[in-house]
Amino acid sequence: MEIDYHKIGLKAGLEIHQQLDTRTKLFCKCPTTLREKKESIFSFKRYLRASKSEMGEVDEAALEEEKYSRTFIYKGYDSTCLVENDEEPPRELNQEAIDISLEVALLLNMNPVDEVHTMRKIVIDGSNTCGFQRTALVATDGRLSTEEGLVRVDLLCLEEDAAQKIETEGNAVGYSLDRLGIPLVEIGTAPDIKTAEQARKVAEQLGMILRSTGKVKRGLGTIRQDINISIEGGARVEIKGVQNLRLIGEIVKNEIVRQLKLIELKDALNKRGAKVEHRIEDLSVIFEGTASKVIKKSGGEVFGVCLRGFSGILGTEIQPGRRFGSELADFATKYGVGLMHTDELPAYGISEEEVERLKRTFDAAEDDCVVIVAAERERAEVAMKAVLRRAEVAMREIPKETRRALPNGSSAYMRPLPGAARMYPETDVPQVDIDEQRLKEIKSKLPETFEHRKVRYKEKFGLNDELADKISRNVNFSIFERIMDSYENIPATLVVRTLTDTLTELMPEGIEVETLEDRHFLDTFEQLTANAFGKEAIPDILKFLANKPETSVDKAVEEIGLSVDMKVVERLIEDIVNSKTDFIREKGARAVGPLMGVVMKELRGKVDGKVISKLLAEKVKEVLEGG
Amino acid sequence: MQKLGFGEGDRIRIKKETDSGVVVYEGIVMPTASRNIAIKLDSGYNIGIRPENAEIEVISRAEVLKEGVTEGKQIGKVKEGLPILSILSTGGTIASKVDYRTGAVSPQFSTEDILEAIPELGEIANIRGKVVYSILSENMRAEYWRKLAAEVYNEIKNGAEGIIVTHGTDTMGYTAAALSFMLQTPVPVVLVGSQRSSDRPSSDAAMNAICAAKVACSDLAEVVVVMHGSTSDDFSFIHRGTKVRKMHTSARDAFQSVNDVPIGKVYYDASSVEKIKLEFFSGYNKRGENELELRDKFEEKCCLIKFYPGADPAILEFFIAQGYKGIVLEGTGLGHVSAEWIPSVASAIKRGIPVVTTSQCLYGTICDRVYDTGRDLLHAGIIEGEDMLPETALVKLMWVLGQTTDMEEVRRLMHENVAGEIRGRRTKESISSS
Repeated sequence: MEIDYHKIGLKAGLEIHQQLDTRTKLFCKCPTTLREKKESIFSFKRYLRASKSEMGEVDEAALEEEKYSRTFIYKGYDSTCLVENDEEPPRELNQEAIDISLEVALLLNMNPVDEVHTMRKIVIDGSNTCGFQRTALVATDGRLSTEEGLVRVDLLCLEEDAAQKIETEGNAVGYSLDRLGIPLVEIGTAPDIKTAEQARKVAEQLGMILRSTGKVKRGLGTIRQDINISIEGGARVEIKGVQNLRLIGEIVKNEIVRQLKLIELKDALNKRGAKVEHRIEDLSVIFEGTASKVIKKSGGEVFGVCLRGFSGILGTEIQPGRRFGSELADFATKYGVGLMHTDELPAYGISEEEVERLKRTFDAAEDDCVVIVAAERERAEVAMKAVLRRAEVAMREIPKETRRALPNGSSAYMRPLPGAARMYPETDVPQVDIDEQRLKEIKSKLPETFEHRKVRYKEKFGLNDELADKISRNVNFSIFERIMDSYENIPATLVVRTLTDTLTELMPEGIEVETLEDRHFLDTFEQLTANAFGKEAIPDILKFLANKPETSVDKAVEEIGLSVDMKVVERLIEDIVNSKTDFIREKGARAVGPLMGVVMKELRGKVDGKVISKLLAEKVKEVLEGG
Repeated sequence: MQKLGFGEGDRIRIKKETDSGVVVYEGIVMPTASRNIAIKLDSGYNIGIRPENAEIEVISRAEVLKEGVTEGKQIGKVKEGLPILSILSTGGTIASKVDYRTGAVSPQFSTEDILEAIPELGEIANIRGKVVYSILSENMRAEYWRKLAAEVYNEIKNGAEGIIVTHGTDTMGYTAAALSFMLQTPVPVVLVGSQRSSDRPSSDAAMNAICAAKVACSDLAEVVVVMHGSTSDDFSFIHRGTKVRKMHTSARDAFQSVNDVPIGKVYYDASSVEKIKLEFFSGYNKRGENELELRDKFEEKCCLIKFYPGADPAILEFFIAQGYKGIVLEGTGLGHVSAEWIPSVASAIKRGIPVVTTSQCLYGTICDRVYDTGRDLLHAGIIEGEDMLPETALVKLMWVLGQTTDMEEVRRLMHENVAGEIRGRRTKESISSS
């Protein structure tokens, strides 16, 4: 689906969380290393309660979490301490982490605050043992220049990473404490991003700036992106936990589609006069002799409701692999209950007859949809109520919510958007003064900025403005320099195009370009300068290497069939020239051009065009002189 | 701040010149101990800004906040069949409110607020609450113990079927011992607190309070401390008030019974208060067995001196000269101080000042007959503190001296088990309370 971003009024902002590679955690002296879960040496069990605010209000997100009344099981290691267990007050803010966050802030043209205050942000999903995440605002008001324009960087915070969820069983959620307390910088942009492509580029650029400090962690899970998206007539939605940069564009597009579809569904429901009935029926009797394993497994109790005028709506796809029914199911899942509906039934072993009886129970008309859950009464009822509330909202608006990114670029409901007022000071941690001297020292050691790099590339490598801009912003800028410095006579333009456009073009083909390492590029260009193949073959070689990263470039060239013996090439050219002697005699030296096409047809990519042209010219000359 | 023309709670805008232009911050002025201006931004974050070169504009003045703390008596309808519990607050908090607008955390004492924070209490009993005083537990002193004992006495007299005393954890052991000696009680008197502040969702306050309420409704008629038994939210221990000691600065399971097994255990269940079960490990005084009695005379001028290698006997001389009426020594091993101290100890006793020995080991009993120094101490007239905790021995000596000044009577009472503070037998199990 082509999206007219201007027309839909996309506003998107990014929030990037990057783990810092500090020696110790943010508030204790534990190392920042992740552990194998089987190395855990103890565990303990806790509950969390939402704190009440002065007004008697509890943060909406926090309250919803508490409704699930869950037990949290934490696994600890010999590399975690009482601070992670919430059994000891935190130590002072890690100074190394402050320095790194100030460095990033300065690279983003931000203004550091004069005094850093650590806050408690209420989070009661269990991912923080104390029930809040410690976070501190370090800098504000920065900006990032992108090819599509300026993106404001609103804030940079230093915060502790959360514990990692490792398992869920019934009401018990298991977390691993190794990750809890690793310093993170959170960078939040203003909603200045206007296209999906720009979102990806901004994320990429921010990632690059972070890595340029050399003080951030690398590898899977060390950087996470959240995206805030809204469109005209839609709602602000925060999608959390995008681990793959390449998915960002996809996720933005899919969210736009989801909201557009939901708007369509809303209009359709209103037109039909749809209605949500709150009557929850015990339908167990219908399924007494059922063949459905799902129902039998959950004890045979089934409860259902009728959504009047919703037929076909639940089955409508709103994102890849997700229908409106999936949106409703997300709410039931929160209570550990699966959801089924007549848009998709008969299925799951439920028979045609059982479906008929369901519909009859509710006097369901053509337009109506019956939704059922299989669970014991208490759980079924809370789950159903949540589903009914979501169905009612569908007729009214697109809900503001926090969603979880799924690996295919779709997203699932996670919780309501957190309210703004859920922070209070962490009184156990003293404030940190940021003095001029400290900033001066950090400034004197800042890594090179894009702007500097661009100027330098123009001068050193003779790149034009566009290409210099492109490569200096690109993640691969350092490999570009290494290639240019390692091999002589390589056109800078070719290297830039390879590292930028070529890679971008490979992505839609499903090629995992992330698997390509520096050595792959270096070796490729080394072989190119040794005339092992022509530059036209580069995309094929990279494609091959991305799929089989363990292969050497030599081997790749051989496997693709690019490897040619120059004697064979000479012979081939001789054969062609010999077969065209009449033509050559007629045209003279001008015969080289047309013959070039014939030869290249045979040898494209295998031998550099220049080499062929030179050989061909020699052979033609021989014919003319010999004749 | 006042001279800058704004105060706490005002909404202000700060403009500051920086290298990269002008930056503007807007937010609510927060209290701060630093010389910088602290504001809370709309994002919820607090930051500090140096006042130099800052252009400040007041956007709006502080709203007047309602005073929220009220003291409740009985709340809501009396639930038939549920016992009456009195919650007496001394400053330890089992409930707090956070004002996210100002970031202020205020401890809650009113019955309404406690019940709002821990509604389970209302399912266990009809609760009435009272603030006895509001002090940090390190500022506690003997006269407050007396006041508290009198309040407990009155509550029981007025029909309370169980008492819960919320207390800061630092000196809760002392207060528990003091109440144990001062009160003869027909109902449970349960001290409870929290190791992790009640303003955090993970606080141990709620579970401890719920377990305490269950104990306060039981047939146990003694002064006890109920606190977490492990780092998990799974069970609490019921510790005898004279045998309990805070053994960790911050962990949930800091409280342990020393030289004794806990009286019992409370198995917590978050899903329902009905499912919370009690288990007892040892004998205890049963509800209604004892008449209510208050024996609250105290001699406050007693001290606890910790001996260390090379400690100067002048330390002891100082307390004698200061007119102290009773001295507890926390000695080494089986209850020793250096030979150098013996003349001073003897001189104190000669002047009618009882000197009690206890041990820095905490675990085990005093026995001064084993080594020469010990025998010399006994010869000087020292009173062996048996297996009492040094702190319990001090509180007991204060109480004993409130009852009598006769040295022989003091000696007799110090050796007598008055409130479970002396165990005749120590078993392997009593080495560790869990």
